[in-house]
Amino acid sequence: MDWVALKLSLSLAAWTICILLPIGIWLGQILAWRSFRGKALVEALLALPLVLPPTVLGYYLLVAMGGASPVGKLYHDLTGHQMVFSFEGLLIASLLFNLPFAIQPMQRGFEAIPREVRDAAACCGLSRWRTLWRIELPLAWPGILTALVITFAHTLGEFGVVLMVGGSIPGETRTIAIAIYDRVQAFDTAAAGVMSATLLIISLVAIGFAYLATSRLAGRQHD
Amino acid sequence: MTEGGLSVSIAQHAPIPLDARLTCAAGQMLALVGPSGSGKSTILRTIAGLYAVEQGSISCSGVTWLDTRAKINLDPQSRRIGFVVQNFALFPHLTALQNVMESLVERPYPERERRALDLLARVHLAGLEHRLPAALSGGQQQRVAVARALAREPNVLLLDEPFGAVDRATRERLYRELAELRRDLAMPVILVTHDFDEALLLADQMCMLAHGNVLQVGVPYEVMTRPNSVEVAQLVGLKNVFRAGVTGHVPARNTTLIEWRGRRLEIRLQPEFLPGTQITWTIPQGYVVLHEPGQSAAGELENLVAGVVASLVRLGDNAVCSILIDGPTRPPLFLSLPVHTARRHGIETGKNITVSLLGEGIHLMPPDKRLTADLVMTL
Repeated sequence: MDWVALKLSLSLAAWTICILLPIGIWLGQILAWRSFRGKALVEALLALPLVLPPTVLGYYLLVAMGGASPVGKLYHDLTGHQMVFSFEGLLIASLLFNLPFAIQPMQRGFEAIPREVRDAAACCGLSRWRTLWRIELPLAWPGILTALVITFAHTLGEFGVVLMVGGSIPGETRTIAIAIYDRVQAFDTAAAGVMSATLLIISLVAIGFAYLATSRLAGRQHD
Repeated sequence: MTEGGLSVSIAQHAPIPLDARLTCAAGQMLALVGPSGSGKSTILRTIAGLYAVEQGSISCSGVTWLDTRAKINLDPQSRRIGFVVQNFALFPHLTALQNVMESLVERPYPERERRALDLLARVHLAGLEHRLPAALSGGQQQRVAVARALAREPNVLLLDEPFGAVDRATRERLYRELAELRRDLAMPVILVTHDFDEALLLADQMCMLAHGNVLQVGVPYEVMTRPNSVEVAQLVGLKNVFRAGVTGHVPARNTTLIEWRGRRLEIRLQPEFLPGTQITWTIPQGYVVLHEPGQSAAGELENLVAGVVASLVRLGDNAVCSILIDGPTRPPLFLSLPVHTARRHGIETGKNITVSLLGEGIHLMPPDKRLTADLVMTL
């Protein structure tokens, strides 16, 4: 069992959902409630990681973040080390390939709030923040929770993009999914089996928790 | 505008054409009535600050809420309005008490709860404070919505078809409750409805809308029995609309004389229509009364007319009877009467009857230009 890889994966997943939570709420609300020119294009771009092969996405990220690219250069000048094959680079890749998994369920969650209810909040005199905190987030919570769980589980399991952008540096970029692959390559099926089972249990618990929580929430509003 | 009153003047071309001017004094209820698509809900949303019109101005109690020229447009929070919509829009995850308390966030917490409980008791919901909206009936949800709307002590109370989603028995009880509640309300109240009886029962003034235009404003009974145009007459459901010519006025007898299909009718004095002009006239069904056979015409302006019953349609306790006056090629006259009266007089299809067109109820309107060609043919 590669505990370092598991810890790294959990850390990557935690950072990813922490950063994508506010972004998802913000973009999810805009996409759910506003209409603007080019909205379809924005939605298509955000959904792209769903259909793009992970290696293709990984390749472009590698090129974009590499030392030869302006972004990679700027990052190197600022921090003194390179963006690719680092945890930070991996996190940026993780944020990008998880965009549809985070935004789409949140968008659906906000879409389910009737316009009249949001209008009622304004007419009750609730400020923008209080409306978000007291009305919108609780009502969109099933969508938000689903987004967080799927993003978390998806980050733990992502392989292609991580391998392309991060390689397999122990303690830096070797996630549990890559560790499993490494162990299989080394014919250490026992370790691969333990790690696979661990990943399976974590994913199952996370998904089960999300379903349980959302069905209880829905039940509370319709009893 | 009176102290505390609301004054609205808005106009736009698209997407929903609007051209409306209306006022509502403090303590008064104005009903906006019109067919679907007439713009009544849009006007209400504009007053609330939830819809941005192309141009116009709205002021309440001397405060400008909207002035497109001066680029003033207060948000709904600052306008301080109470809004009750058809499906109530309660916060589904909050209890009845919490729903009302959300409207009171400006107040300190203990006072918030006390006032919310008071309001819920006032709308007869004591004991149900801790229920979620889904566990309340339609009528109870409507009461929570009313309590929530009143909690902020709004400058204006807006009611958008608030009785549309409850059953008939509940609706009648809610009418009584709202009428009672209204006596204590000092703010202008605007009620959007498509139900004329609702306007008649609750409102002080009624504004008839069609295609975003105000067609007529007045006391509801006045608008419904004395429409100012054929269009309003049709919208309020007046079926007896005919063409005639004015032949003269007899001010001494408070009477105007008109000629309709070769017979002379004596009606309430309406000197604004000059002798010799063509007009359209209408009579509410309640002013067409059955003339008892053998009884002499009592009083003035009786206007006895004989005809044949063409149909009798029962609607609850009342029946609507259509009478052919000048043969089947001319539009019939409609009479509404209680079912038991129809039975007592043996009214049935084909029977010859005489009715009296009470001159007090006959109301003249200018001929409708758009309908003139048809009217010449049919009326």
